[in-house]
Amino acid sequence: MSLDLLVSHYNYWVVIFLMMVGFYILISRGNLIKKVVGLNVFQTSVFMLYISMGKVNGGTPPILIYGETDVLYSNPLPHVLILTAIVVGIATTSVGLALAVRIKEAYGTIEEDEINAIEARTEATG
Amino acid sequence: MLLTLLAAAGLALLRVRNLFAVVMLAGIYSLLSAGLFTVMDAVDVAFTEAAVGAGISTVLFLGALALCGHQENKPGHTPLLPLFVVLVTGGLLVWGTMDMPGFGDPANPVHHHVADHYIDESYHEIEIPNVVTSVLASYRGYDTMGETTVVFAAAVGVMILLAGRLGRRPRPEGKGDGG
Amino acid sequence: MRGEVVVRVGAKVLAPFIITFGLCVHFHGDYSPGGGFQAGVILAAAIALLALVYGLEAVQKVVTPRFVRACAALGVIIFAGVGVVTMVLGHNYLGYDALAEGHAGQHYGILGVELGVLVTVFGVMVTVFYLFAGRRGRTQ
Repeated sequence: MSLDLLVSHYNYWVVIFLMMVGFYILISRGNLIKKVVGLNVFQTSVFMLYISMGKVNGGTPPILIYGETDVLYSNPLPHVLILTAIVVGIATTSVGLALAVRIKEAYGTIEEDEINAIEARTEATG
Repeated sequence: MLLTLLAAAGLALLRVRNLFAVVMLAGIYSLLSAGLFTVMDAVDVAFTEAAVGAGISTVLFLGALALCGHQENKPGHTPLLPLFVVLVTGGLLVWGTMDMPGFGDPANPVHHHVADHYIDESYHEIEIPNVVTSVLASYRGYDTMGETTVVFAAAVGVMILLAGRLGRRPRPEGKGDGG
Repeated sequence: MRGEVVVRVGAKVLAPFIITFGLCVHFHGDYSPGGGFQAGVILAAAIALLALVYGLEAVQKVVTPRFVRACAALGVIIFAGVGVVTMVLGHNYLGYDALAEGHAGQHYGILGVELGVLVTVFGVMVTVFYLFAGRRGRTQ
């Protein structure tokens, strides 16, 4: 039973592990670019979760084969959702990177605690 | 198995502090996940991931790194609190998967709502063999239009952030202005 | 990178093939994996390769920033325009059956919509790349 569970849920657990790695990078690292990387890891793990849900054992990619009726195809719906999500993901990532670049130009650093220190100093003097 | 390799790449991402290496590892991570998508029959997704994740995204990250410097500081505070949060969240999620149906079972509920319709009928209704394309562009046309608009909006955002002239400073005091 | 003969010649030889491959991926999206999203990214990658090897200015003379910005907006207009055309023809918004008799309408509709996606994604990716790369030129 437990081996069964391991085999049938291994995918989900690795996905959760990767998601937590991304989450950990996101909340424990101060560097903004590292945070964006963490966000990407998190995002990719969600993609993997969707794709693993769409997989059918013994299935083929969902490209219909002419004249054959009893072929088992994997579920195309998660593929569609994730396909667009990837491209939107890179677009939003680029916005995040652009923000990091602007912060670097305004503060001279992209480390969170240094930015906080600068902010505190400005508030104390001004 | 590929998944284990991916987990290793994820851990390496966490440890390495040179951001150039991090970006390269992120590229490797993307390529590995593209391989995984192929194994799981999502050829379209794998294609996109390989082109986007390992191609364009690496270039963009490198462009940003060239502007921001490439060495990360040591984390200043103890990692205990984030670690605790992550472990609790992860534990809850794993607990949640216990109720999920096993991987790859054709009887899973995901496969029996609209997916059946797409696979059985799309050839009669649309006459193109790639189901992913027909769902993407026809059945879910609104969805895709929204995504296209989001991508465009993101570009507008980057333009607003980066296309301005460098001389303009948001804070007139100029405190801590290093850029 | 300007002195590297191998890189320069390699990029020159590869770029047309990458662009052709991108278009192939786009127009065969109905029959094999591919479509507007992937093709747009591949085309943008070709531009990025040329820009990395030959310098940003050289590439921007051919593919001007103005042009790619226009592309990004034009793609959304194409996509929405297909919807408007089908609506004018008396069907639902994005109801491709209006475009031609039988299933050909679906083909035309999907191709038109994917073209919109291709143009937008290409325009957006190249615009973003230009902005990041051009910023570096100005700070140094």
